[in-house]
Amino acid sequence: MTDTAIEAADLTLAYGRRRAPALNGCSFRLAAGRVCALVGPNGAGKSTLLALAAGLLRPTSGRLAVLGTAPAAARPRVAYVAQDKPLHPGLSVAETLRLGAELNRGSWDAELAARVVADGDLDAGARVCSLSGGQRTRLALALALGKRAELLLLDEPMADLDPLARHRLMGTLMAEAAEHGTTVVMSSHILGELADACDHLLLVSGGRVRLGGGVDDLVHAHALVTGTGRVADLARHTVVESRATGRGLTALIRTDGPVDPAWDVAEPSLEELLLAHLRAPDAPALITPGTTATRAVAA
Amino acid sequence: MVEYRIDRRSGVATYLQIVQQTHQALRLGLLEPGDKLPTAREVVEATAINPNTVLKAYRELEREGLVEARRGLGTFVRRSLGSAPADSPLRGELLDWAGRARAAGLERDDVAALFAAVLEEQFPPPQSEPPAKTAPRAQPATTMGDPA
Repeated sequence: MTDTAIEAADLTLAYGRRRAPALNGCSFRLAAGRVCALVGPNGAGKSTLLALAAGLLRPTSGRLAVLGTAPAAARPRVAYVAQDKPLHPGLSVAETLRLGAELNRGSWDAELAARVVADGDLDAGARVCSLSGGQRTRLALALALGKRAELLLLDEPMADLDPLARHRLMGTLMAEAAEHGTTVVMSSHILGELADACDHLLLVSGGRVRLGGGVDDLVHAHALVTGTGRVADLARHTVVESRATGRGLTALIRTDGPVDPAWDVAEPSLEELLLAHLRAPDAPALITPGTTATRAVAA
Repeated sequence: MVEYRIDRRSGVATYLQIVQQTHQALRLGLLEPGDKLPTAREVVEATAINPNTVLKAYRELEREGLVEARRGLGTFVRRSLGSAPADSPLRGELLDWAGRARAAGLERDDVAALFAAVLEEQFPPPQSEPPAKTAPRAQPATTMGDPA
């Protein structure tokens, strides 16, 4: 057992010589048992990072350890649901579940997988190719949950589900995390419903980690200040973004010590924090203590 | 068993919503000493929030001395809050009053404003509020000293 689910050090992956690398010097540590939102704009490198952690891609350079070992060696303990939810189109729902049982002998939770499928009114005899996008998602998540993995890597898991199905499946995921201490990493380009479910955040853009750490720690490290001062007055802090409002100024800052009482200070929401960092790509990255890659990482 | 409702748009931190709803259930007598709170698993399955949020709320309730965690058994109510259970005669009187207000043609907001005004008068909030981290609130005119 290890207390670290994923640890990346200077992870880089280039799909071709002429294209900009999808990941470019990505470093972070995710402790086991966390529910992590992996967010960032389209093309940020989220899917690449998940595929690397699932052991389906090899990094161009840098190191990555999953559950204390190399990603390929960790595969039996990891469940990965890719964005396009690959399933065998010719199999029926029941046959797909049986495949899951055969491929995961010893750890397969037939009852849980059956419950996830039954929740969605899937006909056991229906062929995968006849299912809607949302139904395929449900079946893919049933396979992933049935595997009883220590680490769930879910690439845009909720994108084509209706709100009720989304809420139910998120509830099931959270119940798994509560009961078994499962580590969950979920990617999305919108924060939306992930906000309440996640306690950890990785904001990736331009192939790098821009923000990494516990949600509360990241929020508390910042402040939204409003006042009639100038940006220069905030120089002791890191100004992520500032805007003129009327005669005054509103800024999202990374605080360094107390803020001058002349400013009105409020705590930003997670969404405000993310948007400010996405609008200000040059703002320095923040990876909170304990979530940086520190130890030697397995090759 | 209490059920928690999480309002993502309320602006109140999620763990605090659980704390407040537990207070409310204790005040109304929906929870009594010895009752068991739902497990973290049950709460997150129904609400799709992070398990740590529930644990944080339960720790806060424990710190307030309202509940206690019993290893392997769950979290149990230790003491009640207030003395206005759901079936108290006071609730009946309030219900009568609300009926008369409706008969008198008052609307929901009128009733709420009236109730809030009486509440303020009879139960003034404690004066020693900790200084808010956010913008200071304007003091009511009556408490402002007149230096002139």
